[in-house]
Amino acid sequence: MLYINCPHCGMRSQNEFSYGGDASVKRPELNKEVSDQEWDNFVYNRKSLRGKHLELWQHISGCRQWIKVERDTATHEIFRTFKADEEVA
Amino acid sequence: MTQAFRIENGGLINRDKKLSFKFNGKTYLGYEGDTLASALLANGVHLVGRSFKYHRPRGFFGAGVDEPYAVVQLYRNGETEPNIKATEQELFEGLEAKSVNCWPSVNFDIGAINNFLKIFLPAGFYYKTFMWPKSFWYRIYEPFIRKAAGLGVASTKHDKERYEHKYEYCDLLIAGSGPSGLASAYAAAKNGAKVILAEDKPRFGGSLLTSDVNIGNQSGKDWADGIIAELKTMPNVVVKNRSQIFGYYDHNMLVMSEKVSDHLPSTKKYHPNKRLWYIRAKEVLISSGSIERPIVFGNNDTPGVMLSSAAKEYLKVYGVLVGRKPLIFTNNDSGYETAIEFKKHGVDPFLLDSRKKPESEIIDEAKNLGINIKNSYVVVAAQGYKKVKSADIANISEDKKQLGKIENIQCDCICVSGFWTPTIHLASQSGNKTKFKEEIDAFVPGQSKQNEITLGAANGVFSLEETLKTSFKAGSELSKKITENDNEIAIPNVVEKKSSQHDKFWCVPLPKGKNYKRFLDFQNDVSVSDIEIALREGYRSIEHVKRYTTLGMATDQGKTSNLNGLQLVSEIENKVVPAVGHTTFRPPYTPVSIGAIVGREVGKHSKPSRKSPMHSWHEKNNAVFVDAGVWLRPRYYKRGNENLFEGSKREAKNVRKNVGVCDVTTLGKIDIKGPDAAELLNRVYTNAWLKLPVGKARYGVMLREDGIVMDDGTTTRISENHYHMTTTTAQAANVLSHLEYYLQLVWPELNVNVVSTTEQWAGAAIAGPKSRDLLQKLFPNSDVSNDGLPFMGYMEGDLFGVKARIFRISFSGELAYEVNVESDYGNFMWEKIMEIGEEFNIQPYGTEALSTLRIEMGHVAGSELDGRTIPFDNALEGLVSKKKDFIGKRSLQRSAFIAEDRQRIVGVVPLDKQTSIPEGSHLVKDDKAQLPNPKLGHISASCWSVEYDNPFSLAILKDGKNMIGQKLFAMSPLKNKVIPVEIVSSHYVDPKGERVRS
Repeated sequence: MLYINCPHCGMRSQNEFSYGGDASVKRPELNKEVSDQEWDNFVYNRKSLRGKHLELWQHISGCRQWIKVERDTATHEIFRTFKADEEVA
Repeated sequence: MTQAFRIENGGLINRDKKLSFKFNGKTYLGYEGDTLASALLANGVHLVGRSFKYHRPRGFFGAGVDEPYAVVQLYRNGETEPNIKATEQELFEGLEAKSVNCWPSVNFDIGAINNFLKIFLPAGFYYKTFMWPKSFWYRIYEPFIRKAAGLGVASTKHDKERYEHKYEYCDLLIAGSGPSGLASAYAAAKNGAKVILAEDKPRFGGSLLTSDVNIGNQSGKDWADGIIAELKTMPNVVVKNRSQIFGYYDHNMLVMSEKVSDHLPSTKKYHPNKRLWYIRAKEVLISSGSIERPIVFGNNDTPGVMLSSAAKEYLKVYGVLVGRKPLIFTNNDSGYETAIEFKKHGVDPFLLDSRKKPESEIIDEAKNLGINIKNSYVVVAAQGYKKVKSADIANISEDKKQLGKIENIQCDCICVSGFWTPTIHLASQSGNKTKFKEEIDAFVPGQSKQNEITLGAANGVFSLEETLKTSFKAGSELSKKITENDNEIAIPNVVEKKSSQHDKFWCVPLPKGKNYKRFLDFQNDVSVSDIEIALREGYRSIEHVKRYTTLGMATDQGKTSNLNGLQLVSEIENKVVPAVGHTTFRPPYTPVSIGAIVGREVGKHSKPSRKSPMHSWHEKNNAVFVDAGVWLRPRYYKRGNENLFEGSKREAKNVRKNVGVCDVTTLGKIDIKGPDAAELLNRVYTNAWLKLPVGKARYGVMLREDGIVMDDGTTTRISENHYHMTTTTAQAANVLSHLEYYLQLVWPELNVNVVSTTEQWAGAAIAGPKSRDLLQKLFPNSDVSNDGLPFMGYMEGDLFGVKARIFRISFSGELAYEVNVESDYGNFMWEKIMEIGEEFNIQPYGTEALSTLRIEMGHVAGSELDGRTIPFDNALEGLVSKKKDFIGKRSLQRSAFIAEDRQRIVGVVPLDKQTSIPEGSHLVKDDKAQLPNPKLGHISASCWSVEYDNPFSLAILKDGKNMIGQKLFAMSPLKNKVIPVEIVSSHYVDPKGERVRS
């Protein structure tokens, strides 16, 4: 079971969180013309990365904040975690 | 029967307490502190079971967790449990156990005929044989295999025992209480670290219980006892015996199964049977020791052949002789230690050493004691069927290929030692890539993967002095990092006998003309020839060889067989062992009872039960409850002998005719506040929200980004910047997360707060033509007329001193209202409604009537909003704004979503107006068409229309828009029904929606 450092609450077990997918996906702006391809990339197309992956988790049984987690998908190593509005350098 | 094989003195058992127990129906005596295995051996019982495939007689092979043979069915306190190792089961008064895998008895086993048919049961037998003819599988092969297979029978009764789960955090978790575990625990504890020390056996000390060593001028065992006693007094230390750490998971999470009660005749009141510990450790010290491995020779599965370390343990811990004429067969000094113990207890062992001229202190001691030793000698085969009677032995050449003349010597047991295999399971589970250590012919942990370090024999270090030195150091340094204390500990002086290099020899060649079975895996009957066949047939990867031959796949997971199997594969393949590699070590290390894994979450505790504040009223009024997610909701209120159909029909009819009240507390409620609340709703819902006035409610549909309907519900503007959103019961949690996602990540600039208020409000839906009359009496000071509170209107009211929210919304399609009060007043509200409603013939109605009412009105719910439908499919396209953007809008342009013949909701009525259509039935054009019959749609919800008194269903049907009036068939192969139906409008009752506005 992963041990995730919630930037708001500290180290918590994985069972307090729910997974939210790739954090690098940006929703196209509202009212903006988007091509089918762009929209498909936003809704469906995901890279199934092996290695370092920036992903979203929600601390659903805790502070309910969505956070970003930098995790290795192969080893489960967690490198860093960020608040939702924190820039990932 | 007397305990003929118990020596007069010695051992760690309590001779003052005799225990009586039964094995295969016969009564025996043992002592407190025995295992079932040691007690049976004390009584001279060696035959305990039959092997899995050939049903060959099986005895005891080990003395602990590695035991492949002595798996029994245990009976305790009226319960039975399979797959119990006799070597691990502690004896208690009244214990009963039986052999498994034999019929009719262990002495006469019909399946043993397989032994004579073994030529027909080679590797891959099941794969090769049971493949054809296909039709035989269910009728003949599977029942046969089911009967023949398995090591015991699981109870079909409800388990009365209780199992607990526990979560724990510590600085250092130490697996194993041998010398390395004790030393590291002690050092860490002295530095003030929070330590958990776990030992799977009842006694602490590991190898110190049986080895002849001296630490700090006392025996190894006394030193261990002293350390344990001191650790137990320390508040920062948890010491647990009978506790097996069986899994090493991600981020230093380890799981341990503590057997709290298995050693007692029955579980004490308020005690669990087992306790499962989830332990998050900062550092993990693996001191799991090593397991002796056998040397492979002919008939090496005969009862009486056992590991030399086990023979020593039975003698030193339990005071039991495994034989009076022991033959010891070794390739290293450990066999000598066992021989010395026998000799000390007046038994003359005979020792064969495969080595030509080994020299060491231990060997010298054995020689000085006058033990009969033959060098360059091996056991070729054991003789005897149900027990070893003699052994064929022979001289072996230097290259270990040629056997000399075969001699037969009398013996009653063969104690075999093929050197030691470090127990690297936990390290490997942590992700540690193991490496092969040539000097010991075994794998040891490599680079640490998580915060784990492996010490002592588990790390391939067999010198006690070095083990203690490195373990004290590790415990002290790791704890220092955490606690910043640095208490120096004097390392005690150690007296141990030096041993010599073991012989790299693991399998005795077959003598000419003999075809003995030489077993590698004892529980699964995998012999040398099986591996040879597998390789001949082209299996190369060790993982494939394992699965094809079942090597290492039994309940002991090959603890004594894996390495010898690897040696064989590498020899045939002409590779070195590390090039072959080992199979993956997966948790659990040893079988864990399913009860322990499940814990307390059984039956009604398997999930939480959510109850509305009116729950006890429902109970008192004969509600029959139904699970709605984790909520318990009244399905109908039973009157007399009514069944569900009759009761729900009565309730629904009363709503259409008079007035009914339904508990709608379970609806998800979300409080939305902030200056941008309207903007959020406008983006989340498909319809327009910016102009909703204060005091008005609106129905809304929200989509996922892929255009699929996520949920629907009404949202009410309570005040300028304050909205009250309702969701369906099932989607409440998802909708909240959905809103939080967009507010926190996508549109953080919106100034809005959302919070769940589901549990803060109790809700009652009052529906029916008389609902306004009732409402007026409930709120005499409010104007609830059609003008004062129009359809989709909202007002606050005073319910006899309780503040209430009144919404004029309707799910039933009747004139209806929903009244919310703070949860604590829920019951008060309900009772007032029932009391005042009496004159209007009010009846409470449950979810079944609720469904009936919405289905015949064509209102969609979860069965239509099933994660596969878009607004159009649910006839909700009128709510999709063309002017503004919203979540999922762009997806609605997808070609499939705008197809001319897009699926759409319709009503379905059976032609005979009698037959109810099972939900899930498929709609087809031709009921006689060849399979697969093209499916045009499916029945999403069915009811008995109380308006028309005939069955009515909703369906999602391809090109539903143009299908009204068509005749189709509803087919349900599950219910074996074919029903001719007519497609009608989904709005079966009041299609113009006049009632809700009346």
